[in-house]
Amino acid sequence: MGIIQSFILALKSLLNNKMRAFLTMLGIIIGVGSVILIMSLGNGMTKEVEDSFESMGTQSITVTLTGRGSTRSYTEDDMYDFVEENRNVIEAYTPTVNVMATVRPTGWTEDLSTSISGVGEEYLTVKSYNTDQGRFISYIDCYAREKVCYVGAYYNSSEVYNGNAVGSTLKINGDIYKIIGVAEEITDATDEDSSDNFIVIPYTVALRMSRTGTVSSYTLLASSEDTVSQVKQIMLNELYATYEDEDAYSVMALAEVLDTLTSILDTMVVVIACIAGISLLVGGIGIMNIMLVSVTERTREIGIRKALGAKRRDIKLQFVIEAMTTSLIGGIFGIALGVIGADAAGDLLSMSASPTLTSIVVSVGISVGVGVLFGYLPAKKASELNPIDALRYE
Amino acid sequence: MKELIVFEHIYKIYQMGDTEVRAADDISFKIHKGEFVAIVGQSGSGKSTCMNIIGALDVPTEGSYYLDGADVGTMDDNQLAEIRNKMLGFIFQQYNLIPKLTVIENIELPLLYAGVPKSIRRKRAKEVLNKVGLSEKAKNLPSQLSGGQQQRVSIARALVGDPSVILADEPTGALDSRTGREVLEFLQKLHSDGNTIVLITHDNSIAVKAERIIRLQDGKVVYDGPSNVPEAVVNPDIPIELQKKNTEEGGGI
Repeated sequence: MGIIQSFILALKSLLNNKMRAFLTMLGIIIGVGSVILIMSLGNGMTKEVEDSFESMGTQSITVTLTGRGSTRSYTEDDMYDFVEENRNVIEAYTPTVNVMATVRPTGWTEDLSTSISGVGEEYLTVKSYNTDQGRFISYIDCYAREKVCYVGAYYNSSEVYNGNAVGSTLKINGDIYKIIGVAEEITDATDEDSSDNFIVIPYTVALRMSRTGTVSSYTLLASSEDTVSQVKQIMLNELYATYEDEDAYSVMALAEVLDTLTSILDTMVVVIACIAGISLLVGGIGIMNIMLVSVTERTREIGIRKALGAKRRDIKLQFVIEAMTTSLIGGIFGIALGVIGADAAGDLLSMSASPTLTSIVVSVGISVGVGVLFGYLPAKKASELNPIDALRYE
Repeated sequence: MKELIVFEHIYKIYQMGDTEVRAADDISFKIHKGEFVAIVGQSGSGKSTCMNIIGALDVPTEGSYYLDGADVGTMDDNQLAEIRNKMLGFIFQQYNLIPKLTVIENIELPLLYAGVPKSIRRKRAKEVLNKVGLSEKAKNLPSQLSGGQQQRVSIARALVGDPSVILADEPTGALDSRTGREVLEFLQKLHSDGNTIVLITHDNSIAVKAERIIRLQDGKVVYDGPSNVPEAVVNPDIPIELQKKNTEEGGGI
């Protein structure tokens, strides 16, 4: 008897017992559905993380100096010299000084919550922002500690300066700063909570404001993704030569962080998918159970078939294919459920959670495998029935 | 005539606890091509064992069984399946049709296991269905047919593979006497067409429809000869006069 014939027979037998077939499939449907859903969400999450890192620049390297355990220090001038020496691999760099300060735009009666940091003149290149109006902070501004600031596109919105930000002033910690430039929009939704709400000031001004002597954080931009590790290495060498203590500094490449994060995410997704996969196992056992019942119910049929010339192989094939068909159809329903679920979950979490071809292929493969694996035992049992006993079975 | 079924000192011995049951105890006979033989006996006489061995559903403990020259007694499971498929046509008391398959699909089953292509299968099945006079029921399920019709379907299924032997196990057992008679007449017609038929029954009145009777008792052959002599239906345990009377009235023993 051919495989196609067995498959048609299996379909018929499933259709004869629709409710039972559906309940048997349910384990597989839920198993495959949840595996696909989780893998899709995992993919979406990874992509989200990658995107946000890419927007930060995968070529950037963050240097943090704590000076812990060392009496030596690495100054802005040291960093400047280092960068100038290595201009072939470093495209740009900027000191970063975080500032805790109150901001009040002109005409406002209350403070605006915003993020302020002190940066160097190459900050725009490091961040790959573009200027919409005016200019960015210059070397002279930093050198002369000018009270000027460069703001995000939010300040040009109707809520704040309504297009007239450049030339206007605002108060930071009560001091008046002149706005010299506005960045282009970074996000489509330019509002108070978006990343378009930021202020940068010369790092020298920020240092004075935060009452710290030296810059403790820098961001370097490698000339390309290929030179990231090279830049990281020479930076590490340079810092070790100064501090002679690895605890005194840390150098982190975003690309590496991204790799680490992605691999953590991947592992997490695989672990959760495996947990979901347990329901596939349970579903498989459900199929085996029903197949065993079915073999008992159809003992007489097996006897008849054997009397008419069915070999053990024919009977075995019939039951294995029946189990496989059950789990395959369950798998197909599961894929539909997973894809619909992933779509809905993606909408809910506003991210793209699309199932990959791999996850679908793997799911179908697993569900067919489960059918064969768990169908084999009942099929073997059926094929080994003695035709005389089977024919006599009531 | 060619020897089709040869039983040579067949023994079938079961061990039930400490006791040894001799279901077949040195049975020997030959059935030739084209014969219509009834194997008769009461329950426990060994006729079912005989049928199982003839039908290649079972192998003897000792002795040789040749079917059309092939030594069936030494065959393995797959070879037995092949013999059942190619050389034997079964007619059962309970019809044994598969309930979820249509009439035509049931008839096609032996050809399916023989690997016959679908178009030929269908054509052949339609031919035999026509022969048993149920062409219009091809697409029906067995449950939509009367007992007699179901038995005719099962006869069609037995015929479809053009077997060497048609093995009928109590074919009228589940039928009323009129339909039972029709089925027997049909078997007689098949015999007159040249088919070899082995009929297994406990009922003398049915056995006499065959041309030869093999009577079994306690696993041994107690009579082997023509059906149209009084001795054919004799049961040694019951007075012969009483048995004759019963047979003439058409009743069984």
